[in-house]
Amino acid sequence: MTAVLTPISSRRRATDRAARGVTLALTLLALVPLFLILYFLLKEGLGAFSMSFFTTDPTGRFLGNAGGIRSAIVGTVIIVGLATVIAVPLGIGVALYLVEYGKQSRFANAVRYFIDVMTGVPSVMFGLFIYIVLVVAQIDGTFAAWKGAIALSLLMLPVVARSSEVVLNLIPNALRESALALGAPRWRMIFRVVLPTALPGLVTGSMLAIARAAGETAPLLFTVAFVNGLSANVGQRMNSLPIQIFNDVSQAQDRLVQRAWGAALTLVLMILFVSLIARLVQRRSRLQP
Amino acid sequence: MTNPDAPERVMPDESPPATSRTSAPAPATAAALATPAVQGAKTGRSMSLEGLRAFYGDSQAIMGVDLHYAANEVTAMIGPSGCGKSTVLRCLNRMHEEIPGARAEGKVTLDDLDIYGPGVDVTSVRRAIGMVFQKPNPFPTMSIFDNVAAGLKLAGIKSSDTKEVVERSLRGAGLWDEVKDRLSQPGMGLSGGQQQRLCIARTIAVAPEVILMDEPCSALDPIATLKVEELILELKRDFTIIIVTHNMQQAARVSDTTAFFYLGELIEHAPTEKLFSTPEHPRTEEYVTGKFS
Repeated sequence: MTAVLTPISSRRRATDRAARGVTLALTLLALVPLFLILYFLLKEGLGAFSMSFFTTDPTGRFLGNAGGIRSAIVGTVIIVGLATVIAVPLGIGVALYLVEYGKQSRFANAVRYFIDVMTGVPSVMFGLFIYIVLVVAQIDGTFAAWKGAIALSLLMLPVVARSSEVVLNLIPNALRESALALGAPRWRMIFRVVLPTALPGLVTGSMLAIARAAGETAPLLFTVAFVNGLSANVGQRMNSLPIQIFNDVSQAQDRLVQRAWGAALTLVLMILFVSLIARLVQRRSRLQP
Repeated sequence: MTNPDAPERVMPDESPPATSRTSAPAPATAAALATPAVQGAKTGRSMSLEGLRAFYGDSQAIMGVDLHYAANEVTAMIGPSGCGKSTVLRCLNRMHEEIPGARAEGKVTLDDLDIYGPGVDVTSVRRAIGMVFQKPNPFPTMSIFDNVAAGLKLAGIKSSDTKEVVERSLRGAGLWDEVKDRLSQPGMGLSGGQQQRLCIARTIAVAPEVILMDEPCSALDPIATLKVEELILELKRDFTIIIVTHNMQQAARVSDTTAFFYLGELIEHAPTEKLFSTPEHPRTEEYVTGKFS
C-alpha cells in the first residue's frame, strides 16, 4: 500500500514560509506611512493645543498673537451640518426608490450607474461646479457657507445613496411580504417596517459620508472662501478647518504652521469621533451583512 | 412589479384608481372588499378558482386550475416540490404579483367578488385574505404588542380599542397566557413556535375572512407544530383556512378536503379521508403512498 499520508516536504515548508514572509513585509510597508502620519500629527499637533487654541479666533496677524481655531471648528460644524441636512434625506430617498420601487428597471439601473460615476468625480469638480453656477453667477452674493454646504452635499449624496441601498437590500423580503400581506399600502410598509428596521444601518452610512465630507478642502475653497472671525451666518463667508489648514500651512511663520498641525489633529479627532459613533450604531443593528 | 404587458385582469399597480374602468360590477365589488369585516362572531367566506393560470416571466407555473374552497373548512393543498401549490396560494391574495415579472390570469373569487376585478384595491384583497408564511417573521423592531397592533396600523384600520383587539387576537392564537406579562418585550425573543403563533395573531387582528398558510409548520419542532395544528382546527370556526403543506400526515390531521397538485395542474380534490384512502387518480395514489415525492 502506498503512503496516503505523507510528511510535509521541506520544499513545501520553505515555500509557505516565503509566502508568509513576503505578504507580512508588504503589509508592514503599507503601515509605515499611516504610522508616520499619526506620529507627526500627534507630535506637532499636540504642541499647538491649549485652552486659548480652542476658544479664540484667528487674528490674521503675522506677528504677535495669531489666535486659535474656534471659528474654523464652528464653521466646519455648520457647513457639514447643513450639507448633511441636504444630502441624507435626498440620498435615502434615492435608495428607497431604487430598492422599493425601481428595482431592476432600466431607469433604476441607469440611476445606479450615475451614482457610481458621481462617486468617482474628484471633489474639486463639485467645488468648481458650484463656483460657476452659484458664485460666479452671483446668486445671493458671491462666496457663502450655504454654497459650500451644497458642494459638500453633492459629494455626500452618492455615498449616502449607495450605502443606504446596500442596507435596504439586507432587509429580508419576507418582512416586506408579511407587511403587504396584512393589507399595508407600499408607502406604509416602507415607513413602518422597512425604515425602522434599516435605521441603524442608514445612520452608519450617513455618518461615514459626514466623516468623508468633513475633511474635504477643494469643494469649500472657491465656494465658502476664508474669513478669520466667528460667523454663524450661512449667507456669508465662513471659516472651516480644512481651509484654515490650507492657509496656515503655506505661511512662513512656524507658529502658523504649528496651528495648521493643531487644526489637522482637531479635524482628525472630530472625524474619528463621528466614525466611532457610526461603529457603535452599526453594532446595535440587527442586520448583519 | 408585474409585467407591463400583463392582460388587463392583472392590476400591476398597488392602488389602481377606482374609477379607471367602468364595468358595471366593479364599484360594488370594490366597496364590498374595502369594508373591513366586523370583529367577533362571524363566518368565513368561500373562495373559488376558475381557469387560474400563473406565470413567472415567460414560464407558466399553473396550467389552468378550477377549485372551490368551502367556507369555514380547512382545505389542504399537497404535492411534490415545484408542483405549484404555493403559487396557487399566493394568487389567492394577489401576493404572486409582488414577484418581479410574475402575473396571473383567470378568475379568483371571494364568495362572488372577483379579487382580480377592475378597480379592486389590492390592499383590501389582502386585508380580507390574510397570510401566514413558512418562516415565522415578526417585525424585528417591534414588541409583542406592537407586532399584533402592526396589523391594524399597517392596514390603516382605526381601532378605538387596540388593546382589546391585541388581547383577543393573542387569545385567538393561543398565545395570550404565555406572553401577557411581557407584551412590551421584542417579538423576536419568543421561540419559533411562539413567533409563528404571534404571526397568526397578527393576521387575525385585521379580521380577515380567509387565512392562507404557506407551510406554517415546516420551520417548527413537533410540539410547536401540534399547537399550531390545534389552533388551525379552532380557527376554522371563524375563518376559512387554506393551507399548503408538504407533510401528508399534517394534511390528514387538519384538513376537511385535500387538493393534490402535480406539475402545475390540479390532479384531484376530494374529502381528505377519501383522497388518502381511495384516491381516484393513479398519480394521487402513487404520491400519497409514497411511490414518489
